[in-house]
Amino acid sequence: MPLNTAPNFEAADTFYAALIDAHHDLSAEQSHQLNAKLVLMLANHVGDNATLNEALAAARASVLHGGGTKE
Amino acid sequence: MDYQQVVFPYRRGTDQDAAKPVHHAVVVVGAGPVGLSLAIDLAQQQVPVLLLDNDDRLSTGSRAICFAKRTLEIFDRLGVDAGLVDKGVSWNTGRVFLRDEPIYSFDLQPETTHERPAFINIQQYYVEGYLVERALALPLVELRWKHDVVGVEPRDDGVTLVVRTPDGDYAIDAGHVVACDGARSAVRALIGQEAKGRTFKDRFLIADVRFKGSVDFPAERWFWFDPPFHPGYSVLLHKQPDDVWRIDFQLGWDADPDRERQPENILPRVRALLAHSAMKDAEFELVWASVYTFSCERMARFRHGRVLFAGDAAHRVSPFGARGANSGVQDAENLAWKLAAVLQGRAGDTLLDSYGIEREAAADENIGHSTRATDFITPKSEISRLFRDATLQLARDHAFARALVNSGRLSTASTLHASPLNTPDVDAFAGAMVPGAPALDAPLRCDGRDGWLLRHLGDGAFAALVFDGEHAADAVLALRQAAEGLAPLQVLLVASADGVRLPGTRTLVDAAGLIRRRYDGAAGTSYLLRPDQHVCARWRRVSPDAARSALRRAMAVQ
Repeated sequence: MPLNTAPNFEAADTFYAALIDAHHDLSAEQSHQLNAKLVLMLANHVGDNATLNEALAAARASVLHGGGTKE
Repeated sequence: MDYQQVVFPYRRGTDQDAAKPVHHAVVVVGAGPVGLSLAIDLAQQQVPVLLLDNDDRLSTGSRAICFAKRTLEIFDRLGVDAGLVDKGVSWNTGRVFLRDEPIYSFDLQPETTHERPAFINIQQYYVEGYLVERALALPLVELRWKHDVVGVEPRDDGVTLVVRTPDGDYAIDAGHVVACDGARSAVRALIGQEAKGRTFKDRFLIADVRFKGSVDFPAERWFWFDPPFHPGYSVLLHKQPDDVWRIDFQLGWDADPDRERQPENILPRVRALLAHSAMKDAEFELVWASVYTFSCERMARFRHGRVLFAGDAAHRVSPFGARGANSGVQDAENLAWKLAAVLQGRAGDTLLDSYGIEREAAADENIGHSTRATDFITPKSEISRLFRDATLQLARDHAFARALVNSGRLSTASTLHASPLNTPDVDAFAGAMVPGAPALDAPLRCDGRDGWLLRHLGDGAFAALVFDGEHAADAVLALRQAAEGLAPLQVLLVASADGVRLPGTRTLVDAAGLIRRRYDGAAGTSYLLRPDQHVCARWRRVSPDAARSALRRAMAVQ
């Protein structure tokens, strides 16, 4: 299953707001913990190793090259 | 015999007075669990072996304590007294705690129908003692204590060793040398080789304590992350025979090893643990302690011409996972039958190359497991610690995260997936018994007696399992014909009921159907197993040509 980077959110704006909201009132340290736990939960949900590796590589490339590999 | 006190006498031998170096076909250096296993295996296969050790005692302190199922199965084949397993503490379950809450447990042997448990815990000196007693019963093993190898000169046709004794130095002319002389291998240094890898920036304290009176505590492996009695670090607890418990405290890189190994600093750590357990009032004494760091490393190649390396001399891992001594004993068993086949003229010299190929791959597997466990136990960056702690916290409530908790993945026998000795499958099979896999045990009846499958495999010979039914007789004929003039082959007929006989076979009655299930055996299915009990080929309907070609491949015969 290749990594789906095409728009796939049922409700993109609502998710984004919920993501920011989930961090409300948390210290930076707590936010880091939340993010780590979120990554682990979603990674388990995906499960497929090739997809996960593709996501890891795309995220790392985006960090190293600023704008990401796909626009 | 008191294995901690026994001293084996140095003896002067005739080699030391010979005018020129005396020839020995195989010299094994180091009488630890690996060297002793190798020497016994070679002798059982009619290869005379000289075993040299630079000391005159068994292991000091408990050291390796977890001996895995595969190691016990190998010891069974080596004729080691079963008293060893009875003496050990059998266990199958590991439990992981975060602070004082259990978050995860694993059962290493969910099936009970195997002769041996997933693990026994027993002090290394007992294992060495039982192996020495077995070795001394074999006339083809010559054990020389206080014979220290100080010179190694490899040639194309042999190796000259210089051996130092209390009576001075003498030389030996060895056909092959196998270095089983541990992590600081002298032989390795003497031929200018080294092991390379990673050293981990962490320190650990091992404390063996003996309780007075019996202690009611399950025989399980307990591992704590961040326990209240040792906050911020990990602790590992194992039960050993003789009322001794192994406690392994993570100390961190900044700990002062000299300070930490003082009993007055160890005892409060033990008392703190006990205060949090049902044993809080138990009286105890400190039996042995050691402060250590560890490395994951290996030699680039385990074969250097006529000098071969096995065990810690070839590769090292962290203790988490019990992959040190256990993988070393697997090295020994891998090498023994190959060396015997080459020396007895049945196989070409390239068979010894396959030892390196197979066991280097196994070492990589073990080092990979060990490194990943170590990175989990000792996170080496802030972000690594963040994910580790997140995993542990999630594991309390969410089953998925328990799969990520890594307190050591415990040793199982390596499947030799990419071995050049394997014949790739041409037929479809289900289950774990792929070419390269170590044979799984199962209960059976043979000649009216209950027994176990693995007890019938090996003895230095290839074995074939043929499942009874249509085509079984053809398969037996094909296999027997294929082996003629090539290698000794024992053909075993797996039948579901008593009374089935085929000429040239021994019948194994698989009344419970477990051999059939574990090997996906249908009528006429056959498996070819190496002398070290690894599968090397299998067929639904074997032809003489296919069997012969698989056997030649497994012997590296051109």
